[in-house]
Amino acid sequence: MADQEYKPSHSPDPTEPADPDAARPPATPGTGADRTSDAVETVYDASTGAAAEDRVAVASQFQLMWWRFRRHRLAMFGGIVILLFYSVVVFADFLAYASPQASEAERSLMPPQRVYLFDDGSFSPHVFGLDSRRNPQTFQREYFANPDDKIELSFFAEGFEYNLFGFIPTNRHLIGTKDREIGESVFLLGTDVQGRDMWSRLMYATRISLTIGLVAVIVSIALGVVMGGLSGFYGGWVDMVVQRMMELLYSIPTIPLWMGLAAAVPDHWSILRIYFAITVIIALIGWTELARVVRGRLLALREEDFVMAANLAGASQFRVIFVHLVPLVLSHIIAAVSLALPAMIVAETSLSFLGLGLRPPAVSWGVLLQGAQNIQAVALTPWLLLPAIPVIVVILAFSFLGDGLRDAADPYGM
Amino acid sequence: MLGYIIRRALFSLVTIFLVSILSFAIIQLPPGDYVDSYIAQLQASGTPVSTSEAENLRARYGLDEPFAVQYGLWMRQVLRGNLGTSMQWQRPVREVIGDRLALTMVVSVAALVFTWMIALPIGIFSAVRQYSVADYIATTIGFMGLAVPNFLFALVVMYIGWSVFGLNVGGLFSAEYELQGWSFGKFLNLLSHLPVPAIVLGTAATAQGIRVLRNNLLDELRKPYVVTARAKGLSETRLILKYPVRVALNPLASTIGYMLPFIVSGSVIVSIVLSLPTVGPVLLTSLQSQDMFLAGAIVLLLGVMTIIGTFLSDMLLLLIDPRIRMED
Repeated sequence: MADQEYKPSHSPDPTEPADPDAARPPATPGTGADRTSDAVETVYDASTGAAAEDRVAVASQFQLMWWRFRRHRLAMFGGIVILLFYSVVVFADFLAYASPQASEAERSLMPPQRVYLFDDGSFSPHVFGLDSRRNPQTFQREYFANPDDKIELSFFAEGFEYNLFGFIPTNRHLIGTKDREIGESVFLLGTDVQGRDMWSRLMYATRISLTIGLVAVIVSIALGVVMGGLSGFYGGWVDMVVQRMMELLYSIPTIPLWMGLAAAVPDHWSILRIYFAITVIIALIGWTELARVVRGRLLALREEDFVMAANLAGASQFRVIFVHLVPLVLSHIIAAVSLALPAMIVAETSLSFLGLGLRPPAVSWGVLLQGAQNIQAVALTPWLLLPAIPVIVVILAFSFLGDGLRDAADPYGM
Repeated sequence: MLGYIIRRALFSLVTIFLVSILSFAIIQLPPGDYVDSYIAQLQASGTPVSTSEAENLRARYGLDEPFAVQYGLWMRQVLRGNLGTSMQWQRPVREVIGDRLALTMVVSVAALVFTWMIALPIGIFSAVRQYSVADYIATTIGFMGLAVPNFLFALVVMYIGWSVFGLNVGGLFSAEYELQGWSFGKFLNLLSHLPVPAIVLGTAATAQGIRVLRNNLLDELRKPYVVTARAKGLSETRLILKYPVRVALNPLASTIGYMLPFIVSGSVIVSIVLSLPTVGPVLLTSLQSQDMFLAGAIVLLLGVMTIIGTFLSDMLLLLIDPRIRMED
């Protein structure tokens, strides 16, 4: 649960002008043709401050946000990590090298393979084949690397067929093997109980887990903006009712509620239907934070002079809300969304982990983590815990990004 | 002040009423009812069930009545202190979850105590020494604490406990005390098992507490009265603890209300991972087998517990913040 205080960031020095090299002057109509970027930059160098103020004065809301955001290094870093993760969402089939459902009891619970990059000093990435044997005492299957069985890896190799972006049929994958079936010989992150390749499953799980967060956030934006908007704009009894609803949802433990709702999803539904049902369940309880932000901003803005001016000038309610108010609230919504997304991702992961969310054959981070639910699994097959790493990294990255965006969206933060 | 207390109490009652409807509705949501899954279970084990038997079962539990009637029947019993019978365990719900509910409370309170014990000193320290190395470390740990979902944290703690210390960190009692009645030895045993779940559950709330306290205190530290006190020669420790910290604590006290549902919520899933004898694991199995009275009772009691806790934290805030007392 994110920090719910709305504090201006502690910027080092409030009087400091915008980062001089942060951005070029905007080419808004007001600046005219003579104020090319070079001209302004010389002016800027000569008389520090005046030009910077000019530039700030004509910058649009989003440019101001972007300038402030760029100064937040950690947030920039978080943003890049998020982009990388979403590229995994797009290229999951390309990055995976085996089908996520291909199971084989013969290779159950293999530990991750070590990848060797060099062979006799020359670059030749390879792994060693694994021989298995049953331990006569524990009856556990044990695996040994066979140094004579060298499996060379190649890049952009051919593998199973899939559709890139959903419509370009291809069979190229990031890695492959030169002379044998890759799905039966390479297990970069080991295998699960049913002998399915963890790396490939992790790629597909990333796709599901990250998109379910997005869809849930979209649903809760809709709910949050409508409820928060009504509440903040109309006030009075509407505000009362919405406020009480939000307090109600705040004051009860969410996980039992989620569990109750998720347990109601029938087993026989298709993966897609369960996916949407879970999304809606998560969003139904998760919209309060967004509504709170929207309401708070609208309540403050409603009293502003420009709203009264617009009203006096005869603008319709519709115009006041959508032309004057929404753009101002939008930046806050974006910041709130990036803070709400990780909560949604965790919600899905928790539910699936308990077996109440997505169910196999769907793969998500939570479904993968089900394999590591008890102490035996954690102690004997620690690699099944690996899907925890992307969960944590993504959530951290979103927190940094959201924090930076929130500071950037705060007009008093500079 | 009395008016404020009455208003809060009334609001809590209304919330409890809504929670009871919500928890009953959740239990009603699954298609089919307990009798369906009970019959399926019996048939799977080879015992045929006749239609009349099924009808009898339904009549016995009032499953054929409309929602409002079923809710009314349920509430009337609950208000008399009878939570119904668990169909899955064939025992009164109270027996099934009595001890577990108490332990859920113990674990949640322990987590709350841990949260305060850690958040207070670290929050004060990192505000007073803003931008020091320790402040950065505290902020980073705070971020991590917020980011890691607590069931993952529980898994990691379990893994470290096992691989580094060779311990099984799950459970709340050692094996020899598990089935015994309450004794002083058992109590001590419980205390020795509490830190792990308390830390796992309290970390996220702690991280949030540190951030809130640090921000509040930073605002206070810049105010003129602090300068005045310092100019008058008050020792730094006394100065900070006596004035700005007291002011900065108020907003933190009000967040307990939000921390408690969060901690109770987390305890459900963490208990499943750490196999704690709280209501969490029972809730999961009861939902899976559609044991509606049991699941309903758990969701209801968890909700009521949190609402009462929130009410108490509001009263605490009333005690320490004179501004609220003056309001009426």
